[in-house]
Amino acid sequence: MGILSRDLVCREAVALVTDYLDGSLTRRQRRRLESHLKDCPNCGRYLEQIRMTIRLVGHMDPEELDQPGRDELIALYRRFKGESKDI
Amino acid sequence: MSGAGLPIRLTRGPGQRTFLASSRRPCRGFAHTTLLFPGYALGVSDDALLQGLRQGDEKAFSVLVETYHLPMVRVARAFVPDRSTAEDVVQETWVGVIRGIDRFEGRSSLKTWIFHILVNQARKRAVRDRRTVALNDVGSVKEDRFSPDGTWITPPSPWPDDAADRLFASDVVKKLRMSIEQLPALQQQVVTLRDVEGLSPRDVCDLLDITEANQRVLLHRAREKLRRTIEHEMGEE
Repeated sequence: MGILSRDLVCREAVALVTDYLDGSLTRRQRRRLESHLKDCPNCGRYLEQIRMTIRLVGHMDPEELDQPGRDELIALYRRFKGESKDI
Repeated sequence: MSGAGLPIRLTRGPGQRTFLASSRRPCRGFAHTTLLFPGYALGVSDDALLQGLRQGDEKAFSVLVETYHLPMVRVARAFVPDRSTAEDVVQETWVGVIRGIDRFEGRSSLKTWIFHILVNQARKRAVRDRRTVALNDVGSVKEDRFSPDGTWITPPSPWPDDAADRLFASDVVKKLRMSIEQLPALQQQVVTLRDVEGLSPRDVCDLLDITEANQRVLLHRAREKLRRTIEHEMGEE
């Protein structure tokens, strides 16, 4: 059996997860991965955990900018805005 | 994004380009923005901001600062070795933004344009400070978790059903931030731009001048390390 038609092993399936989530697998690769995921709870769990990781990383609460920081940037704006008008 | 309640009427002149929205989700900071700048509505558009900026409206600049400053510090942090250098880079970037805003043509979103200036500044600085950014700093994959035939030896340990709630409530977030900072430079840059800031794969490739395939490899390794951070935290409870 050629490498394209045999079943994926877990190591290969796991390596395809980001490509899968980005939608960049070929249709054939996607089918092979999905058929592996259907039969392999460990890899299914892995995919879910990567999804959760992405969600968590995307929702880490940003710190807040403090007032002195804001004031400093507004001062910067005043200084350089005038300058850009002269160019 | 809704344009209702915009402080400035959109007047798009002839020949002006349409703006491409390139980020996957609205930028953070808007909820906060409405409180601080009641004149500007939730999710104020690039067009409205630009118009304000071109007219020298300080309030528009404040909204920009509120929306992008901290994300910029986070991104800069992925290029330079410490927080204070990152803040220098961001300040230089703001000067570039203020000076360049009249020349911004809207070929990308405002966010992507700002991040372009930022990445250029950060790279200049990283070169000056000699932080090496090697393309092959891809780190390790957990090969030892697989048997020679490629099946799991140590499968991912199960996370409880309420994992998401527990994670958001816990200090795993702090650990995640630390893990991100410890990633090899390019992985850190890719995961910060993609998963923290929500840029599209294409924008990230443009910004970092890497191929899409390379971008995915770096992202995959970064995500795997962050997943392991969470796995570790779950295991400790």
